[in-house]
Amino acid sequence: MIEFDQVTVTYDGAREPALQDVSFTVPEGELALVIGRTGSGKSTLLRAINGLVPHFTGGRLAGRVLVDGRDTREYRPRDLADVVGMVGQDPMSGFVTDTVEDELAYSMESLGVAPDVMRRRVEETLDLLGLADVRDRALTSLSGGQRQRTAIGAALTSHPAVLVLDEPTSALDPQAAEEVLAALQRLVHDLGVTVVMAEHRLERVIQYADRVIEVPGGAAAVSTGLPAERMVTAPVAPPVVELGRLAGWSPLPLSVRDARRAAAGLRSQLNAPKPARTGAPLGAELAHCKDLVVSYGTVTALRGVSLSIQAGEIVALMGRNGAGKSTLLNSLVGIIAPRSGTASAAGVDPRRTKPKRLVKAVGLVPQEPADLLYAATVADECASADSDFKVPAGSCRALLERLAPDVALDMHPRDLSEGQRLCLALAVVLCGAPPLLLLDEPTRGLDYGAKRRLVAILRELAAAGHAVVLSTHDVEMVAEVATRVMVLADGELVSDGETAEVIAGSPAFAPQVAKILAPLPFLTVGEVAEALDRAS
Amino acid sequence: MRAVNHLTLPRALHPGAWWLWALCMAVAASRTRNPVLLVLILAVTGFVVSARRSDAPWAHSFTAFLKLGLLVIAVRVVLQALLSTRSQGNTLLFTLPQIPLPDWAAGVKLGGDVTAEALVTALYDGGQLAVMLCCVGAANALASPRRLLKSLPGALYEMGVACVVALTFAPQLVTDGRRVRAARRLRGRTRASFRTTAMPVLEGALDRSVELAAAMDSRGYGRTAQAPRAQRRLTALCVLLGLLGILLGVYALLTDAMAFPFAAGALAAGVLLAVAAMAVGRQRVSRTRYRPDPWALPEWLVVAAGAVAAGAMVIAAVRGVNGLLLAGPLVVPPVPVLPVVGVLVGLVPALAAPPLKSSLKKAVP
Repeated sequence: MIEFDQVTVTYDGAREPALQDVSFTVPEGELALVIGRTGSGKSTLLRAINGLVPHFTGGRLAGRVLVDGRDTREYRPRDLADVVGMVGQDPMSGFVTDTVEDELAYSMESLGVAPDVMRRRVEETLDLLGLADVRDRALTSLSGGQRQRTAIGAALTSHPAVLVLDEPTSALDPQAAEEVLAALQRLVHDLGVTVVMAEHRLERVIQYADRVIEVPGGAAAVSTGLPAERMVTAPVAPPVVELGRLAGWSPLPLSVRDARRAAAGLRSQLNAPKPARTGAPLGAELAHCKDLVVSYGTVTALRGVSLSIQAGEIVALMGRNGAGKSTLLNSLVGIIAPRSGTASAAGVDPRRTKPKRLVKAVGLVPQEPADLLYAATVADECASADSDFKVPAGSCRALLERLAPDVALDMHPRDLSEGQRLCLALAVVLCGAPPLLLLDEPTRGLDYGAKRRLVAILRELAAAGHAVVLSTHDVEMVAEVATRVMVLADGELVSDGETAEVIAGSPAFAPQVAKILAPLPFLTVGEVAEALDRAS
Repeated sequence: MRAVNHLTLPRALHPGAWWLWALCMAVAASRTRNPVLLVLILAVTGFVVSARRSDAPWAHSFTAFLKLGLLVIAVRVVLQALLSTRSQGNTLLFTLPQIPLPDWAAGVKLGGDVTAEALVTALYDGGQLAVMLCCVGAANALASPRRLLKSLPGALYEMGVACVVALTFAPQLVTDGRRVRAARRLRGRTRASFRTTAMPVLEGALDRSVELAAAMDSRGYGRTAQAPRAQRRLTALCVLLGLLGILLGVYALLTDAMAFPFAAGALAAGVLLAVAAMAVGRQRVSRTRYRPDPWALPEWLVVAAGAVAAGAMVIAAVRGVNGLLLAGPLVVPPVPVLPVVGVLVGLVPALAAPPLKSSLKKAVP
């Protein structure tokens, strides 16, 4: 169905090709998963499938891309619209109309499909993706999962043979991601659609993949293979695979279900010792909220949240999209005025403190990291951060090099990949070393390597007496790094306690290791390895 | 009876019908300075808006236009007080300190005596403009601007898409600006500069437009336009000329700027030109339309109600019926029967337009 034949893509003005000598085929009806580091060229590969590269982006494409027998050299993206459906990283930015139904019909209108066929297909798609309840709703009023499903539906109504998705679940909470993946699964199984999908969150998708396309970036060759084979040696792997490797299971399980069936022996081996979790000793109180109420117009975002966070803690803030996580973080830095109640950060009232002094008390990396970046190059950005926070020149750059060693200093921050941009924003805020550090969804678009480095830095900060609060949907990261978890629902704090207590029991928030080894209280592969060491 | 002809079966009325009705009400308002009639027109449009508007963001525009109208009246009255002369009457209300002006400004008087006649005239004139503004506001509140653009003829499709994209981006820019301003605090900066405010917003908007363009390209936008360039340009030119003619005609009819036959001629020529160009343009468009808004009995009734209201006023004005214009500023305004009845017919849409689906009413949280 899709055939890449010695494809090399070089963007205008780039020194090195973004993709080099890529050859692979994806047969009809397969779900192919594209993996690779942040910024390694996954998006370029996806966009080459429907001809956006090079027709839309410019640059040179050598070699040949065939989709359903059509050569993208001769067909522009719009001429391939009936064969390839494309869903971008941010569904909101690709919406052309304003309601769900109109959005679903848009591509068919462009293709000139007859009105009665259109009507039928829209109804079918609404049912297929479970969108019938929201058919009249404005797109802006949808939840993240509904938006993503609408975007998929909009690409599907023209009955393409190939569906291309760029990180469809990375911005979604676990439940919404399940919805989207279930819908995709249905398309592949029932309709025989060929799906090509890039995703960092391997733990969510690897079990559904029929084929893995690894884009290592740089000059290394792109390779393909079966998921189970690739995972044996892959440098990055989801926890279920790492646990399988640790326990020496063969064949390597890719889903929690398979692993659980293989894990009976491991569970009895681990039965006795309990993993020891010792955090840094807790220090002074760095964040404090009392009966915090925040509302936007008639919508109440937070209703009576009280909490206290001490130095040395790493707190994970979890909950659905729209549960009030960002609002809570924003109130702690004084961006949002509370309707009643108080919020204080490192002992100061953020609403009444001058920004210059406030940044020495609390730092926030916002959900859109680009908002923090003003300079024309990465190097300038680092220099201006040094002067903003009055730290010795070069501190920001040193941090950036630890987080993302491969960022070119002369690039424009907007040209970085999403993950790299986040690393830059993180470095900018971290170089002020505020006692209280807040991170709003720091793991979106990060690959495993960058996550591992982020975890190391956060632990270091906590040990040095900082308090860290991060809002995230990434349960594996929470299991790895958090000492305490708070779950928000509908603006209220519904649970607050030690990580193991809060997440292990919850079906949605439990990490893979906890699901495999339940009822044993293990959360990460590291803990299991340690326990095995002690046992032997 | 066909389902679309039911008056009580919930559906959205064709946005074009709402606009025609509202424009008719504006025409009615343009024919009179009698405050009783003006207030009546305002009440009629306000009632229809409150009866048939949705909860969508644009539905609040009637209040916004009402405020704008009050501002217009206030500006008019204040200016009149400052620049008032005794030309309109002699009932002195109060005297402002007069500011002496240099010789070259002879004939202009700043401050001095303020007469009741001058103020009341300003109030009525401003009121007329304010009521016409509110009629436009009513159309905005009742008809989704996007649905209106969707019902544009095929020849204007590209223009419509550009407007839809602009409609999405404008509010997005405001939210972006707010977010970026908030983020500036996080870098410890207090002063705003072009680089720290406008740049991130503009860069973000540019990024989004590129994303949207890529998405539209991938979804087949622009796939079917295969007419020769010259023909495409000619159609576009004809459409624009036609619209210009319509605009000129409507303006002339509303303001008495031109003789009636000439104005009507311009309007007719404009309509003809535009319709012809669109018919030609339509042939090259092979895109289809999903669930186009129907034009059925409720639409006809709504437009007819507006036409009756406007017609009654225009006929009354042409016949010189007493009470449309006041004999003098300070007389008690009379209540002419024919125009009042005509304007009251404008209430019909409150019943004739089908109610909205309940799901649409509570769509926005």
